[in-house]
Amino acid sequence: MPYLDHAATTPMLPEAITAMSAHLGVVGNASSLHAAGRRARRVVEESRESLAQSLGARPSEIVLTGGGTESDNLAVKGLFWARRDADPARRRVLCSPVEHHAVLDAVHWLAEHEGAEVEYLPVDGYGRVHPEVLRAAVERDPASVALITVMWANNEVGTIQPITELSSIAREFGIPMHADAVQALGQVPVSFADSGLDALTVTGHKIGGPYGVGALLLARSVTPVPLLHGGGQERDVRSGTLDVPAAAGFAAATAIAVERRATHAAELAALRDELIAGVLRVVPDAVLNGDPAAAGRLSANAHFSFPGCEGDALLMLLDAQGIECSTGSACSAGVPQPSHVLLATGADPLLARASLRFSLGHTSTPADVAALVTAIEPAVHRARNAGLAAAARR
Amino acid sequence: MTDFPGAPTAASNGRLRVLAAMSGGVDSAVAAARAAEAGHEVTGVHLALSANPQSFRTGARGCCTIEDSRDARRAADVIGIPFYIWDLAERFREDVIDDFVAEYAAGRTPNPCLRCNEKIKFAALLDKAIALGFDAVCTGHYARIVDLPSGERQLHRAVDMAKDQSYVLGVLDADQLAHSLFPLGDTTKDVIRVEAEQRGLAVAKKPDSHDICFIADGDTQGFLAKHLGTATGDIVDEDGAKVGEHDGAYGFTIGQRKGLRIGRPAADGKPRYVLDISPVNNTVTVGPVEGLDVLSLTAIRPRWCGTAPLADGAYTAQLRAHGDEVPVTASVVDGELRVELATPARGIAPGQAVVLYDGTRVVGSATIASTGRRTQPAAPVG
Repeated sequence: MPYLDHAATTPMLPEAITAMSAHLGVVGNASSLHAAGRRARRVVEESRESLAQSLGARPSEIVLTGGGTESDNLAVKGLFWARRDADPARRRVLCSPVEHHAVLDAVHWLAEHEGAEVEYLPVDGYGRVHPEVLRAAVERDPASVALITVMWANNEVGTIQPITELSSIAREFGIPMHADAVQALGQVPVSFADSGLDALTVTGHKIGGPYGVGALLLARSVTPVPLLHGGGQERDVRSGTLDVPAAAGFAAATAIAVERRATHAAELAALRDELIAGVLRVVPDAVLNGDPAAAGRLSANAHFSFPGCEGDALLMLLDAQGIECSTGSACSAGVPQPSHVLLATGADPLLARASLRFSLGHTSTPADVAALVTAIEPAVHRARNAGLAAAARR
Repeated sequence: MTDFPGAPTAASNGRLRVLAAMSGGVDSAVAAARAAEAGHEVTGVHLALSANPQSFRTGARGCCTIEDSRDARRAADVIGIPFYIWDLAERFREDVIDDFVAEYAAGRTPNPCLRCNEKIKFAALLDKAIALGFDAVCTGHYARIVDLPSGERQLHRAVDMAKDQSYVLGVLDADQLAHSLFPLGDTTKDVIRVEAEQRGLAVAKKPDSHDICFIADGDTQGFLAKHLGTATGDIVDEDGAKVGEHDGAYGFTIGQRKGLRIGRPAADGKPRYVLDISPVNNTVTVGPVEGLDVLSLTAIRPRWCGTAPLADGAYTAQLRAHGDEVPVTASVVDGELRVELATPARGIAPGQAVVLYDGTRVVGSATIASTGRRTQPAAPVG
């Protein structure tokens, strides 16, 4: 069964399953003072140290959360509230328009309910924010900027952002900057210390770790207002009993993802190039979205628009052939939407609806790619006919 | 149909590739389950028909309700079939909702469910399904398809007359019928609920839907007022004398008794009914119940489920959803259906569909354009 949707979630690594399973049957609240609590605490802190080591951070900079969405919300809302509370003039949020909904809907909520003024930084045709664009937006009124948030690499089209160049502008003006690195981790080098960022989101299940655990890496200089109040765990920024097995599984997966990154990324890139070449060979008018240059694109990502097709019809036809991929974004009811990422890059809305994302991972094989290349042309042919049929009886 | 990668996998030996339209209700869930159990290769689809911006997701479209789409998805999971949501909101708005509003604005009384079957479920949906490699569309309508040895396919009433929905399927032509599957026609509703329970479908106890799906609160008059605005007009009696006022003629239906704001009672003290609606001068004519008696009608845009009716053929006719059957004589003249009623029928409004039956067999349907009354209401004043 060719699974080409690793950017949605990827199978857990055996090492992560082992690390996690070892603690599922052991009692102990990491906040308790007795021996069981101390045992649990030790596992959590060793996991934290391991994560810090893997991510180029200090252990105290790792705030464990329930996953990417929570980390993004904590960073965006928490930093906005903290900055605004310190100076009510800071209301501007500078944000890329190609963010994941975990950031996009959070900043939108801040605009609707908290008086934030959101400015979407224009992107180029690949979905990239250019440093001079950020600089111009900041310089219009640096004192009014609460925070900057730009994702490290895009989850739909795979475009990698010039994060250090962007963060150096934020530093220059003393503005905290957050990046969602959920898709970047394991494919590009991610070092919190070198990134120049104040906050960084990572999550477990995209790199072979468990679901429901992630982290917000937080520079010690910033203290977001918490989303969750309670027992004061995690620097008093994220209360809640620590999930010991999840922390252990997450740390194990992260260690492997980082350790194997260079070889893994090169292998994925070779397979990805094969996939892109194969698809373009059989469907020559398919449009590759995102940066075509290897250096500017996630090695696991291939994202196409197939003119004349509806993405959801294509997805169904491929699904019937056992090929699993994604159209990108779907609302909670599952109604296909034209991708906000492609719309932000200036794509035609019809073409945006005609898109599919194929994403590779640690279990991908050349056979998966070959199966897709065999199935895609007849599926596109059929989906085009369906599009014409729909237009005909009007 | 030739098989190739990219099409749903091969079907043979009467095994069809079936697209099951799943509303999230019990009927369509059991219909899909029965089609799968019969050996067909079934894929479930929920139609997103209503466009409601619900969140920041630019241009987001909710389904009629998100809960319904989740119920449909859950049912598909239990049955073990693939499930997708198809967005037909734009087509639905153009072909059903806009038409509904325009028909009321013209003083007629449309049936949006017929329209949806004609234009959406067995047109837009069926066309897309066929193009994508499916053989048939399956729905939870209560109606029976009968295939004769001759190869002729007929549409018949369901065995459960209380739930029969053949009236709203009377718009299907032979080609559409050839690609339709109605697995519930031979069963009564109470059996369907028990079966749903046995199949582990959580929608078993979900109440039946009755209202027009795109008017969630059931307030048709409020919906029309929002789309057409309000305009005060006169309510007059059969002699043209003003007896009251209304907020918009489109808000009334011929045969309506409730909701009339009439200042003075009729001379004979009997209740009065809406006899006629004139959108041109925004006038509603009321009168005694006898004024509603229709003896004949002319209907346009006929659609036959098979062959057209015989000239001066003896049939029965159903003149509205859940209405009684009346014996009629029908002929097609100049592409119009002319119907003489053996006994007068009441509350028949232009815009409604007349569906002809030959016994339990559906002959076809047409849209009522005009009616012949025992007593014609006076021409509206002005």
